[in-house]
Amino acid sequence: MPRVNPKPQERVLPPETYAELDAFIAALHLDREDERRKESLIQVLHKAQHLFGFLPEEVQLHIADAFAINHAEVSGVISFYNYFTTTPKGKYQINVCLGTACYVNGAEKVLQEFEHILGIRSGQVTEDGKFSIESLRCVGACGLAPVVTINDRVYGKVQPGKVQEILEHYLVEASGEEAPVHA
Amino acid sequence: MLKEHTPLITSYPGLLAEHARCKPLLDSRLETGRTTGRRQILVCGGTGCHTSESALILENFQKQIARQGLGSAVKASATGCFGFCEKGPIVKVFPDDVFYVQVKPEDVEEIVDVHIIGNQRVKRLLYEEPQLKATVETQHAMSFYRKQQRIALRNCGLIAPEDINEYLATGGYLSLGKALTEMTPEAVIDVIKRSGLRGRGGAGFSTGRKWEFGRNYAGDEKFVICNADEGDPGAFMDRSIMEGDSHSVIEGMAIAGYAIGAHRGYVYIRAEYPLAVSRLQIALAQAREYGLLGHNILGSGFDFDIEVKLGAGAFVCGEETALIHSIQGERGEPRTKPPFPAQSGLWNKPTIVNNVETLANVPAIIARGAEWYAGIGTATSKGTKVFALAGQINNVGLVEVPMGTTLREIIYDIGGGIRGGKEFKAVQTGGPSGGCIPRQFLDTPIDYESLAQIGSIMGSGGMIVMSDKDCMVNIAKFYLEFTVDESCGRCLPCRIGTKRLHEILTNITEGKGTPADLVELRELSAVIMDASLCGLGQTAPNPVLSTMKYFWDEYEAHVLHKTCPAGVCQKLLRYEIIPDKCVGCTACARACPVGCISGAVKQLHVIDQSRCIKCGACMAKCKFKAIYRH
Ligand SMILES: Cc1cc2nc3c(=O)[nH]c(=O)nc-3n(C[C@H](O)[C@H](O)[C@H](O)COP(=O)(O)O)c2cc1C
Ligand code: SF4
Ligand code: SF4
Ligand code: FES
Repeated sequence: MPRVNPKPQERVLPPETYAELDAFIAALHLDREDERRKESLIQVLHKAQHLFGFLPEEVQLHIADAFAINHAEVSGVISFYNYFTTTPKGKYQINVCLGTACYVNGAEKVLQEFEHILGIRSGQVTEDGKFSIESLRCVGACGLAPVVTINDRVYGKVQPGKVQEILEHYLVEASGEEAPVHA
Repeated sequence: MLKEHTPLITSYPGLLAEHARCKPLLDSRLETGRTTGRRQILVCGGTGCHTSESALILENFQKQIARQGLGSAVKASATGCFGFCEKGPIVKVFPDDVFYVQVKPEDVEEIVDVHIIGNQRVKRLLYEEPQLKATVETQHAMSFYRKQQRIALRNCGLIAPEDINEYLATGGYLSLGKALTEMTPEAVIDVIKRSGLRGRGGAGFSTGRKWEFGRNYAGDEKFVICNADEGDPGAFMDRSIMEGDSHSVIEGMAIAGYAIGAHRGYVYIRAEYPLAVSRLQIALAQAREYGLLGHNILGSGFDFDIEVKLGAGAFVCGEETALIHSIQGERGEPRTKPPFPAQSGLWNKPTIVNNVETLANVPAIIARGAEWYAGIGTATSKGTKVFALAGQINNVGLVEVPMGTTLREIIYDIGGGIRGGKEFKAVQTGGPSGGCIPRQFLDTPIDYESLAQIGSIMGSGGMIVMSDKDCMVNIAKFYLEFTVDESCGRCLPCRIGTKRLHEILTNITEGKGTPADLVELRELSAVIMDASLCGLGQTAPNPVLSTMKYFWDEYEAHVLHKTCPAGVCQKLLRYEIIPDKCVGCTACARACPVGCISGAVKQLHVIDQSRCIKCGACMAKCKFKAIYRH
C-alpha cells in the first residue's frame, strides 16, 4: 500500500530528533520484504517515545513508513499498550504504584495527596506541563511499599504526609529553570 | 584480578579449566565462618536496595578501601537481592557471614574501621530478631533464612551479577557443557521430566513434557521464549532472579534450546524493570564474548543466541499466546489453544514458553540430577518455590522454600508475623487469578494441588498478607479493577462481565449493595469463568468467589448492615461525637474542611452527616477522644 510520507514542513517536532530515530531504525536493517521485520516495531516505538516523549500522529506515520506497514497497524499497537502515549506527559512524570503490596499499604491515599496538591487527576498534566500523574502496577520494589517514581527516581515508603516534601524538590527545580527568563 | 587472557571458550574441557580458574573468586564466600584472610563485601544491588542508595554505599566502600590502602585485603562488589528487602540496603561481609541491615552511605566508614580493620562488629547495624529481642550476627542464624532452601535463588546475594567469572566460579555453564557434550537432547528431557519440575509461571505444567512436545513437533525452525513479564502486581521473584543471576536463566534457555532443537531464544521482559533489562543485556554480551552463546557453542556444533524483547505495559501479554503476538509486533491479544505454542508458536513454529524461575532451576537439575530435585517437595510438586512476601508482614522479601512448607511457617517463622501487632486475616496467593486464604488453612502444606483445593492457586509466587485492618470486599474490588483495566477486550464475558462485577462490588463498598447483588456476583462469575478465552478471564472471578466463600460475614455486613467491619470503606464510615465526652473546645469544627460540624464554644458539637465527607480530620484533632468512627 503506497503511502506518502508527510512532508517535513508539516511536522512540528524537531528534525534532529527524527534524525536520531532514523539512525536507530537504520541500524536495525529492516527488510521490507520480510514479515518478521515487525518484531522490531515495539522496540522502535519505545525508542521514539523515549526521544519525543510521546507518539503523535506525525511520528506514527514516520514509523509506519519505515516499516512499510499501514498507519492503522502502528496506531493499533500503540493503543493496545499502556506504556505508549499519544499525548505529551509532564516534564516530571509521577507514577504512583497501585500494585497489591502498595495498595494494602495505603497507596491510594498517596495518589490522592498528589492529585490534591497539584490540582490534577491521575492521567492528567498540569497546565504548565511540569507534572503529570499516573498510576502503575508494581515496579517490583514491593518491600518499599508504597512506592512512587518520578521520572527515573524511585521513592519508597511514601506516606501522604511526605508528598509535599517530595514535590517541593521538583517545584524548586522547575522554577529555577525559569529564573533566567524573568531576570 | 584474573584477567589478561582471551575469554573465548571452545570446548567442555576448556570450560572446566575456566571454572577452575575462576573458582578462587568465591572461595572466601563459600567457606563461611573463617575469620581471617581476604574479605569480600557484597552490597545488595537489587531494585529495592538500589532505590535506597545502595550504589552510593558501594562507592563509599570502594573509596574507603582505597583510602585505607586495603585493596589487597578486601574487595567490595554489588550483588543481587538477598531477599530481605524489609531491612535493606543489606551489606554482607564474607567470609564472616555477617549481615548488616539498613545500612546508610555514611555508615561505611564505621564498617571499614570497626569490622574490616578492627575485626569487631558494628553492633547497631546487626539485625535484631524481634521475637528474641537479640541481635544476630550471621546470616545463617537468622530465622528469615533458616527454613529457606535456595535453588532458583542460589546465586542471588552470592555473586556479582555483572561479572560472568563469578557465575563460572559457581559452576555456571557447566550444566550446559555437560548437556551439549555428554547428553543427547532426549536424555536432557528425560532428566527434566524425572525431576518433576513444573512451570513456575502459574499453571504448573510439567516442564519436561512441554519440552518433549517441543522436540517432537517438526519444524524447520524452533524457538525458546523466557517469560519475564511478571504481571502479578506485588510479585518480584522473576525480577530478582534477572537482576541477581541472569546467567542462570540464559543457561537454562540454552539447555532448553538444545533439548528441543531451537537455535534462537527470546526473553520477553517488562519495560518496568530497567535494572533487570540492563543486567540481562550485560550478561548476554558476556556469554557471547566467552563463546557460551552464538555459533558452535563449546565446539559441540550447537548454535544458540538470545534476543531481548521489551513489553509495553499490558498484563495479558504474560499469557503465552498474547506474548507471542507481542513479540511479533502485534497487539498482545491471546488466541484460542490448541494449537499450543509447542506445536505452533512464534511465526507459527514450534515454540516453548517457560517462566524465569522455571528456567533458573534447570542448570541446577542438570548438575545435581533428577533424583536430587525429585527428593525435595511433595508427592505432586517437586523442588522449591520462590515467593514474594508482601503486605502486612514484618519481613517483606523474597523467600524460597521447599514445596510442602506450610503457610504458617512462611508467614510466621520466616516472615516474622503480622506487622504492628495486628491480627492475621488472610493471605492472597496467585494475584488477580488467585484467591484469599483464611486462617483455618494456615497449616496447609503448599503445593499446586493443595492451594487449588482451598480455592486459590500457586500462581507465580506473589503472597500478600492481610490483617484485620484490610476489608476483603475492598480487596476483591481492587483485583477486579485490575482485571477490568487489563482485559484485552476480545471476549464479551471478560470485557463486560468483569466491569459489571466491579460495579457491583463498588456499590457494595459504598453501601448501595442489595442481597440480589450477592446472587448476581456468583452467577456472573460462573459465566465469565466458562466463556472467556484466556486465563485472565477464566480466573478473574477467583478473588470474588474466594472472599465470598471465606468472608461472607463481611459481605453481609456491607450489604445488610451498611458497615465495613475493617473500617476501610469510606462511604460506610460514620463519624460521631460522643455527647458525654465533648467539652465544646471547637477543635473539630475548625479542622473540618467542609464545615459540617456545628456547636458553640463549651457546647456539645454535632456532625451534619449529610455533608460529612468522612475525611477523619475531626477525629484526629479531638484531644478528648470524643469522636468515634464506626
Ligand atoms: C493473564 C495471564 C498472565 C500470565 N502472566 C504470566 C507471567 O507474568 N509470567 C509467566 O511466567 N507466566 C504467565 N502466565 C502463564 C503463561 O501463559 C505460561 O503458562 C507460562 O509462561 C509458561 O511457563 P512455565 O511452564 O515455565 O510456567 C500468564 C497467564 C495468563 C493467562
Ligand atoms: S478472557 Fe479477557 S483477556 Fe483473555 S482473551 Fe478474552 S477478553 Fe482478552
Ligand atoms: S469526618 Fe471530616 S468532613 Fe466529617 S465531620 Fe469530621 S472533619 Fe468534617
Ligand atoms: S506493589 Fe508497588 S512496587 Fe510492587
